[in-house]
Amino acid sequence: MSLPLIRTLVDRLVAGLIVLCVSVAAVPVLVLFLFVLINGLPGMLTPGFFTDPPHPQGVPGGGVLNAIIGTLEIVGIGSLLAVPVGALIGIFLSEYGRNQIGNTVRFISDVFTGLPSIAFGIFGYTVVVLTTHHFSALSASVALAVLMLPVILRATETALVLVPNSLREAGLALGAPRWRVTLEIVVPAALGGIVTGALLAMARAAGETAPLLFTAFGNDIVQTNPLQPMGALSLTIFRNALVPYPNLQQQAWAAALLLVTLVAATNILARIYVRRIQR
Amino acid sequence: MSKGSGDRIFRAIAYSAAALILLIAVVFVIALFIPALPAITKFGLGFFVSRTWDPVRIQFGALPAIYGTLVTSAIGLLIAFPIGLGAALFLAEDARLRFLRGPLSFAIELLAGIPSVVIGLWAFFVLTPLMRDSVDPFLKHTLGFLPFFQGSASGYGFLTAGVVLAIMVLPIMIALSRDVIRAVPRSLREASLALGATNAETIWSVILPYARVGITGAVLLSLGRALGETIAVTMVIGNRPQITSSLFASGYTLPSVIANEFTEAVGDVYLGALFYLGVVLVLITIAVNVIARLLVWRFTRGETVSA
Repeated sequence: MSLPLIRTLVDRLVAGLIVLCVSVAAVPVLVLFLFVLINGLPGMLTPGFFTDPPHPQGVPGGGVLNAIIGTLEIVGIGSLLAVPVGALIGIFLSEYGRNQIGNTVRFISDVFTGLPSIAFGIFGYTVVVLTTHHFSALSASVALAVLMLPVILRATETALVLVPNSLREAGLALGAPRWRVTLEIVVPAALGGIVTGALLAMARAAGETAPLLFTAFGNDIVQTNPLQPMGALSLTIFRNALVPYPNLQQQAWAAALLLVTLVAATNILARIYVRRIQR
Repeated sequence: MSKGSGDRIFRAIAYSAAALILLIAVVFVIALFIPALPAITKFGLGFFVSRTWDPVRIQFGALPAIYGTLVTSAIGLLIAFPIGLGAALFLAEDARLRFLRGPLSFAIELLAGIPSVVIGLWAFFVLTPLMRDSVDPFLKHTLGFLPFFQGSASGYGFLTAGVVLAIMVLPIMIALSRDVIRAVPRSLREASLALGATNAETIWSVILPYARVGITGAVLLSLGRALGETIAVTMVIGNRPQITSSLFASGYTLPSVIANEFTEAVGDVYLGALFYLGVVLVLITIAVNVIARLLVWRFTRGETVSA
């Protein structure tokens, strides 16, 4: 083995560079989590953080109850709109979609996936806010529902396609009509993938800010009526970070910690669910 | 036969769900244009080349925002491309340190899942002071003869926004390039190694040329993400509609103008100008994404000519 020295050196150098790249890529993740944890924890432990609405600027104390309720309600209504429709489109793609219509639907879904999230906000603004003359949680849910749709329908299609054809044929051979085979055999077999897709879509929607700016708009009062403007954790972070009051900035960090925990928990839940189903 | 009618009904429901997404797409396009109409009729195509952004005299042009979007995205990709490609090579290729692959993949997925407003918060309080006090002065000192690294550095501006975008597109860049590199046939790399090439030579002259189209697609998809990123950029770009060569200077991007000025926009034309920017943004991202998907799709379906 007598490689010229220069070739060995170059090889080592490249290997070193590659390891360097990985480290540089991993560092931001660690730094981010550390900062959010360290800066967010004190605010989260402040009494009233989970139970009080925000106080006016300059008045110490206050919490983010309005935003917690808002995020849950906006994402909840969005999911109620998006999950059934997304799952149904996924069923269409897998069971009837091997044609030009199916390809068109896939293409549109891919285009939606690549759109900037603020575009969904404009959609919610025009379709709901302009027609009702009112900022509302519902308009945010509509915007987020369209944003979630591609994730859910693709996950559903992938899960359904993976169900072995022998299962479908067994059902059909027993004399069951195709719709019953689909709903009672294929969909239950693929449920894990569908639920995972829905959870991942909800996690993504919960973290979005841009689509809420001109739909939910934000509200410092605890509001549960979906036809009224509503706060959200992401909006609290965005607005509080930019004001010069230390207690509000601390609240922004605490809200960030809460939001990251919420999103990470949903992601992990999705993974655990997949594993349990796959067993 | 009742059996057949049940099937027909179910089929009709499935088809109508598919029709619904087509309908949503049509409404989506119309919904983008409607609030922009007052500005589209007033400024027309001149909007694209006008440098003025003056709410007081109600004169608006998209050029500063387009410039800022392109510059910050370019910085983001220039940083994320080499790092992402290196990390992807590690995850797909490197046999040593194999035990690190799982945790690293997990870390990168975590990064992809962090809401952009949280990255923006971190950048606002941690990255901007770091850029202002360390990175920007260092660049000024070493590369200050270039026009990009002149002028005073506040920490808010094109460069900081570019770094934030690099962090945000890194997960996509890594995941997509990793998949593309994994799709390179094993026989090719084994043949190269058997001929006596080192790992580095195999990467350079076999794997990268083969994966070139797919990696280009990965870069373009990352670009699509960078162009439309709103909140994190809005928090660090400085929000000033200007075109300068200095990367330390404050600027604006298409989505950050919309996010930042929506609440203060009064009048149909001002509001319309914001949504006109939205139309411009969507058109650019759709074009970038469609090209990217065609490239990635062609590569992973194996339609490239293989020897």
